[in-house]
Amino acid sequence: MADKLVADKHLRYILNLMAEKKKESFESVVMDHLRMNGAYWGLTTLSLLDKLGSVSEDEVVSWVMTCQHESGGFAGNTGHDPHVLYTLSAVQILALFDKLNILDVEKVSNYIAGLQNEDGSFSGDIWGEVDTRFSYIAICCLSILKCLDKINVKKAVDYIVSCKNLDGGFGCSPGAESHAGQIFCCVGALAITGNLHRVDKDLLGWWLCERQDYESGGLNGRPEKLPDVCYSWWVLSSLIMIDRVHWIEKAKLVKFILDSQDMDNGGISDRPSYTVDIFHTYFGVAGLSLLEYPGVKTIDPAYALPVHVINRILFTK
Amino acid sequence: MHGRGRNEASKPEETAAKALELRSLQSQFMSNHHQKIYTQEAIQLSAKLLGINPEAYTAWNYRKLALVSRINDDSDPSLVNSIIDEELGVVKKALDRNPKSYEAWYHRKWVLSKKGHYYTSLENELQLLNDYQKQQLVNDYQKQDDRKHDNLRNFHAWNYRRFVVELTETSAEDELQYTNMINDICFSIYSAWHYRSVLVSSLVAKKADGFMPKETIRRELDYVHNAIFTDEVKQSGWFYYYLWLLDQTLKMETPLRFSSWPSDGSIITTFCSESGSFPLILYFDQAVSGVNSSTVTIDSELQGHEDLVWEPVSDNKNSQVDSCVWVAHLKFDSREPCFSRNEYKVKVSLGGIVSSMGCNLSTPYEFVFTVLHTVGESSQQGIVSWTDGFDNWDDAQSKDLNSLIALDADAGFEWRKKAIKIEIDHLRNLPDSKFGKLILARLLMAEETMISDDAVKGFHYTEILQLYNDLIALDSWHAQYYKDEHSVALLHKVTSSTKSMSRHLFRYRKMNNIVCLRLNNLTLSRIAAVEKLLFVQMLDLSHNELHSAEGLEAMQLLCCLNLSHNRIRSFSALDSLRHLKQLRVLNVSHNHIRGENPVDTTRYLCSSPLSNSGEVGREVPCKYWDVYLVLRDFMEMKQFDIRGNDLIFSGEEFSSFVRQVVPKLVWLDGHKLTN
Repeated sequence: MADKLVADKHLRYILNLMAEKKKESFESVVMDHLRMNGAYWGLTTLSLLDKLGSVSEDEVVSWVMTCQHESGGFAGNTGHDPHVLYTLSAVQILALFDKLNILDVEKVSNYIAGLQNEDGSFSGDIWGEVDTRFSYIAICCLSILKCLDKINVKKAVDYIVSCKNLDGGFGCSPGAESHAGQIFCCVGALAITGNLHRVDKDLLGWWLCERQDYESGGLNGRPEKLPDVCYSWWVLSSLIMIDRVHWIEKAKLVKFILDSQDMDNGGISDRPSYTVDIFHTYFGVAGLSLLEYPGVKTIDPAYALPVHVINRILFTK
Repeated sequence: MHGRGRNEASKPEETAAKALELRSLQSQFMSNHHQKIYTQEAIQLSAKLLGINPEAYTAWNYRKLALVSRINDDSDPSLVNSIIDEELGVVKKALDRNPKSYEAWYHRKWVLSKKGHYYTSLENELQLLNDYQKQQLVNDYQKQDDRKHDNLRNFHAWNYRRFVVELTETSAEDELQYTNMINDICFSIYSAWHYRSVLVSSLVAKKADGFMPKETIRRELDYVHNAIFTDEVKQSGWFYYYLWLLDQTLKMETPLRFSSWPSDGSIITTFCSESGSFPLILYFDQAVSGVNSSTVTIDSELQGHEDLVWEPVSDNKNSQVDSCVWVAHLKFDSREPCFSRNEYKVKVSLGGIVSSMGCNLSTPYEFVFTVLHTVGESSQQGIVSWTDGFDNWDDAQSKDLNSLIALDADAGFEWRKKAIKIEIDHLRNLPDSKFGKLILARLLMAEETMISDDAVKGFHYTEILQLYNDLIALDSWHAQYYKDEHSVALLHKVTSSTKSMSRHLFRYRKMNNIVCLRLNNLTLSRIAAVEKLLFVQMLDLSHNELHSAEGLEAMQLLCCLNLSHNRIRSFSALDSLRHLKQLRVLNVSHNHIRGENPVDTTRYLCSSPLSNSGEVGREVPCKYWDVYLVLRDFMEMKQFDIRGNDLIFSGEEFSSFVRQVVPKLVWLDGHKLTN
């Protein structure tokens, strides 16, 4: 069993993924369309391990810009259609490199603001899928770009609150069941807009702390499901934003994340002895960051970017 | 990405070949998409691509464009049907590959929303969904028995179900029957219990036949007992029972309750030579809006009370904001005629206030208090001590504690009380069960608030505190949660009667004998019962385990606060104190405030540029931002103590910053400041 974070191995794992030679494996081709997300996961992990300098900033930034569509939104990779999911990742990547100034902020923010619906909800793209994930994305992205006033914040917040369930959690739309991923999105959006008083922190905090599995120490996303490292982020960041993180057993969660590492090849998986991927590597490291694991920089629980990046953006005019 | 064993990787030659095939498909598809080619061949290519890679979202977009290019409102119905069939077929293949593909489920929904009314096989949709959900998985690596019902846990399918139910106008009663069927298959499907709560809520709200609140709750309670008392390990039934059913039983038709300072029948004393004001504090147990001078009217001999400005105790001062605590300041001037008598009455009437849960005050509520005016002694000159200069509380002066008063008659009181009693008996008979004990503790707390008879009030607290101690031993991972609950119960116990409170009450001689409440050394990790403490002016919470000042904002009369020797880790944790406009003395010495936080758990609970709240545009100094955001509102602060905190800032620089931000500061860290 693991007793420490093998940061060097994870660094090598990420750099390999981002390099040319890995691009022709089946796994890589099948993920082609979400490379923008993958890049955000990989680069943020590097930043948390203080190794962002290991990649070529120019190469990454110029590739990101090739993914911008004429509508202002970004696609998952060059040539694909735009969607808010990738637009946020693109903005986050530029924020990591302190390169937000190369953006036509008006264009990007208009793309996002244009996707708000009458009831305050957000569609992911022109095809109209509505989900509170997109509410979070819009609010997070516009806040980073300092254009939050382009949307109707009150309606956006009211829509999110209409997705609140009787267990204190949130679903993807009104009536949908609570799920830790959706909860992170809704709590994050409410946090960024200064509306956490609309969350019943005790009720939700208890539901969230009950996600911890007694056998493994890991967290699941909803009752009766298996624990998974990605919930170390979704559940943990939510608990931190509402100041209830002291309700879980942190040491056991650290152990679960560390045990899910591939100690030989690097990378972190969804649970011990399963296949690693960049998604879980990021969430594992981000989780450890929130658990104050030594050697990992602090990540902001609402914006999902390192604290020093967010402070730099939001505390300067 | 999820659920693949680490050593399951396939042979390299196989993956290289598959990769090449997919790469070629993808580039052909992209070419068709960019050139807007929607021939049969091109469309079939996209289907092939999606069969291998259901998450290639651009291909789903393409198919939508292709559909729109082939059919319009005048198209032949049989053509429309065959195209819909084709689309649903592609979705089905994609879902066989990945039943959790957002894009695939949405495509199905998009097609049917657009053309569903043309679709002759629409009524099959629900049946197909039922078949999918009830199908049991038999996979090699899913050894656990429970995983075979994972189709029932697929939330995409449940969300899609709600869409189909709406499209086909299926009744809520029928859907409730369906959840009964699901529960018969497996009691631990949270999705089914959640759906049940949504269905039952809507049937009760619609006042459907057979769904009046009382009979529905009784029926559901009996139904749920089967699920939870027989198999305690599975959580889902417990969550339905506790979080929804009992919540409904307790909260349904509950009137709004409130407490105030001054309270009904009380006598308050003002000290001043010429003029001043005193606060009028209203505390509601549900957040309310619309508190203003038309909904809350004052009848008194004082001039100028018609224009009273009510403000919520929150950062947003808009009167439409929902807040539990509201404050107004009643001004007086000694030149007014009523002052010659040194005593006058004030009558307050509440009406027309709406709570966030929809409670409406049907009849106005009035309360009256008396104001005594005395020529004042000069206010505090010397440094305030927390150890010397205190007199014991004179029982003869005992106030009636402000318990929460119900603002309307309690309609459903009796049946709710009975239902709770029955559940308490059931839970007491369960063997050692974590959920059983926790819910029992909660129900006993709820019963306490329902009791109005002073003779039996406070009876349950010993049992409640014991239950939380048992839980800490039984479930150590959640110890901090049970500790917080224990603190809440303890505070309610201490404040449950005048007798128990008076042991903690004192008067501070040096400040006109103001009321001091001592709650130190009680291992408190959380603040509660504040509605009963509105009259407290000096509060000692030292030597406890508090990590946040959350809850103290309601105590609007507070002028001296001692939080020393607690577990406060950041300035943002003190944010609630910004609302205490009378605060003059604050001691936060011997905590864990470093000034630079690895992880700040109260970062988003205070207003700052990060949460787009507070005064936008006001220049915030970068270096001490979290210090500044808290201290900037301490306009009356004279005495501040932050020793023993391991602050990362150097003494001199920090002191000078504090002096800049807190204009009236006289004593810092025990020393008098020189000019």
